[in-house]
Amino acid sequence: MLDFNTNHKALVLTAFIVFVVLSFGVAIFPANEMQKYQPLPEQEDLTEQEFKGLKIYNAEGCVACHTQQVRNIEMDQVWGKRPSVPEDYHFSKKRLDVWRQSASVLGSERTGPDLTDIGRRQPSESWHLLHLYNPRAVVKESIMPNFPWLFKEVDSNRVKASDVVVAVPDEFLDDKSKKVVATDEAIQLVAYLQSLQQAQMPENSEPEFIPFSKKNKKSNDQTTEASSGLDGEKLFTSTCATCHQSTGQGVPGAFPPLAGSEVVNNKDAKKMIRIILEGYDEMEGYAAMPGFAEQLSDAEIAAIMTYERSHWGNDAPEVTEDDVRKVREELENTKAQ
Amino acid sequence: MKGYKFRLLFIFFGLSSFILEAQNTKATENWETSPGIIGTIVLVFIVIFIAVIIFLAKINAFIDKMKRKNIEKKRIEFSDELTDLDDDEIDSILENRKKALKYKLKGDELGGKNKVVDKKGLVKRVRKDPSNSFFDQKKKTPLSIETPKELKEIVTYYLAAATFWLLFGTFIGEYLGLKFVWPELDSISWLSFGRLRPVHTNTVFWGWSSLAMIGLGYFVIARTSNNLIHSYKKAKIAWVLINLTVILGNIALMAGINNGGGEYREYIWPIMLLFAIGLIITFYNFYKTVATRKISEIYISNWFILAALIWTIVLSIIGYLPFYQDGLGETVIQGYYMHQGVGMWFMTFTLGLVYYYLPATLNKPIYSYSLGVLAFWTQMLFYTMIGTHHFVFSPLPWWLQTIAIVFSVGMFIPVIAGSTNFLMTMRGSWNHISKSYVLPFFLVGVIFYFVGSSQGSFQAFRFTNYVWHFTDFNVAHSHMTMYGIIAFLLWACIYTILPKLNGKEPPQLLVGAHFWLAFIGLFAYMISMMVGGTLKGMSWMDGEPFIESVIMMQPYWVWRAVGGSLMFLSHVVFAYNLYYMIKKEPQKKSKKVEKIKGESVNV
Repeated sequence: MLDFNTNHKALVLTAFIVFVVLSFGVAIFPANEMQKYQPLPEQEDLTEQEFKGLKIYNAEGCVACHTQQVRNIEMDQVWGKRPSVPEDYHFSKKRLDVWRQSASVLGSERTGPDLTDIGRRQPSESWHLLHLYNPRAVVKESIMPNFPWLFKEVDSNRVKASDVVVAVPDEFLDDKSKKVVATDEAIQLVAYLQSLQQAQMPENSEPEFIPFSKKNKKSNDQTTEASSGLDGEKLFTSTCATCHQSTGQGVPGAFPPLAGSEVVNNKDAKKMIRIILEGYDEMEGYAAMPGFAEQLSDAEIAAIMTYERSHWGNDAPEVTEDDVRKVREELENTKAQ
Repeated sequence: MKGYKFRLLFIFFGLSSFILEAQNTKATENWETSPGIIGTIVLVFIVIFIAVIIFLAKINAFIDKMKRKNIEKKRIEFSDELTDLDDDEIDSILENRKKALKYKLKGDELGGKNKVVDKKGLVKRVRKDPSNSFFDQKKKTPLSIETPKELKEIVTYYLAAATFWLLFGTFIGEYLGLKFVWPELDSISWLSFGRLRPVHTNTVFWGWSSLAMIGLGYFVIARTSNNLIHSYKKAKIAWVLINLTVILGNIALMAGINNGGGEYREYIWPIMLLFAIGLIITFYNFYKTVATRKISEIYISNWFILAALIWTIVLSIIGYLPFYQDGLGETVIQGYYMHQGVGMWFMTFTLGLVYYYLPATLNKPIYSYSLGVLAFWTQMLFYTMIGTHHFVFSPLPWWLQTIAIVFSVGMFIPVIAGSTNFLMTMRGSWNHISKSYVLPFFLVGVIFYFVGSSQGSFQAFRFTNYVWHFTDFNVAHSHMTMYGIIAFLLWACIYTILPKLNGKEPPQLLVGAHFWLAFIGLFAYMISMMVGGTLKGMSWMDGEPFIESVIMMQPYWVWRAVGGSLMFLSHVVFAYNLYYMIKKEPQKKSKKVEKIKGESVNV
């Protein structure tokens, strides 16, 4: 007993057994428990298309820079409306195939934004495709790699009706006579990204965010009471600037400018409110805009619009929460009929 | 940005009070996390720990008592044997003893007026004035230890392959670092960031560090067991398997075939299986060598080396078995696997190497054997528990996170035990620093062992995690440990042993260049990522748009690339030094002999 310094069998066997026992307690047992979580009621399984997209997400090593976990701390509030829970991963973390285990989508490094809720935050397929083709076409300062091998360059006269053409600004094209067409892989990857949306938790069971400090908690409570104090610029940057750019100039050939736009400068804000709520796809030469009715509150839309209408040389009157609410109700009524 | 500087200072100098403050705010909701509770748990654990030690000591004493009875029995047998001896036998024994006692030295064996003749050709070179006053020449140690040719070959093979992977792996790393500054350096799928990043990490893990460790381990095992290696052929088979793993694994990764993106287990299982088989063969080979050792004690190095192998075999099996890896099960295993990969494999094995090579280079015993034993068992008990500290605030169970944090604090015990032991061994030999670069390499490695590991423990605290997690600070930490600790200690061991094996030492100027380039490079790398990472965390806490933190990081990424370039350059120098130490030049040798003859005639 305890003669490890002369008994090699005892030494190796003890090291082996203790390690296995500890490993069981700290890894295998809790891992097995974590598998038992069932999905949330509203959660949907990945479609075949989305699952293929997940495989591409894994193969391209997206997890190296993008996390998919909203931690239960205040600073992560920008990435989702609630902290992530084990149930969220029921469908997405399945074994990929015989050769591959489930993808480590939680990640360990946030070189790029968290993607837990990217499907809600950035619902536009056109944006995702252009962003994958060349991220700097939409976010000038981005350091994300471009993925040209997910796209084909096709002569403009050979584009088929079924092809998804990506609206790429000229300066990002090598050969301006050609059109950029998304491959199946690109479409699948975008389908997966669009599927990333936090599911609703059952009433009153949402975990809460831990505030950074007492002070912050108090001031947060105050801001929710006085909702008019919303920062339009901040909201614009986090919601709209990825397409329309922080300069308001948009991306030529992809996303229209807001600066000097007739719609934005119109004294009657009704059309602009409708576009934001419902989305819009009637402008020649530009990509479709998704609606933001579910994502943004009336007050938030009003704050964003007021910011947009008073910057980059734009000059139009303020928009109030009431204005937005009226339009929203009107739209809901017409839908109901 | 003004606010940042102030708060940065605040964090660095008021860390502890800040932790308390942050913890207190949620004292009611999350009482388990308050420092008082955690501290108490630690204290209770210490008490239990001591109680277990006392209990085991008592059992040990009881068993020893039983053994002593046995010894007494043997003593009686021996005295019986003596009384049975013949007179003739006793006479011859006594006469021999008498002769031995009468023998005397003449007194001029080591000096006097005798002519100096080097009958056995031991003196190779006589120098009176060092040619370079900046780099003091190291006193040449007695070279060419009696080592079997096959063992030399094995060590050389492993170290040469390791160095190749070091060059390749860090070249990739350097290239990836540049991509942070110029994201459109290339647009080739096989070279894209997401695919190359695991190529960098896996190559330096399984290629460079693992092969170097095993190669150096073969010498330690044979030497400290006073034995021949069980099978040279098996050593070569394992060498092939491990190299094959890295080659195939990297090709697969670049082709977009990976196991799921979990760090350090990106190689798919059929490929990693080759590595596991290589490990099992190596373990068997080492174990057999130790089992047939020619001395009764198992030297402490071999504890660490054998355990590292057996633990890593278990680890790779648990890491790849599929039964518990759906949903967040995979994430639990990921935290466990990636931390143990570092802790039970690289750290444990390398510590084992240091327990041999450090005393060997200083030509004195290790300061305390018992501290080594304490470090060994605490390494096993504490390190195993802390994997989940990579997922603090994640949806993993809160209790698992808390265990990880508590045991991270416990890591101070093996770390302090180990670093104290090494530093105390070095004490009194500091003059070696001026004589060669071997001790500086050791010293930097040991200091980083203390600093890097302690910093890792601090990073596990919930508050520090709040600021640093997901930022580039993690990258600083992993380079501080895998590079500052592991690589520096491995280099120290290589510079200790290869000159003794092959009788050739690279010029001190080049070893010095390797040391300083690597050290300054690492420092630039580390500091830029730590400062940048902290500012990034601050920016996120302030709720600034994400892209602001990317723009803010640009200058830090440039500095990181500068540091990385210096590190890579140092590896080129190291590769040359290694080549210098292992190249064979039979022709040149004969020339040298002629030269010496000529000189002796002139004298």
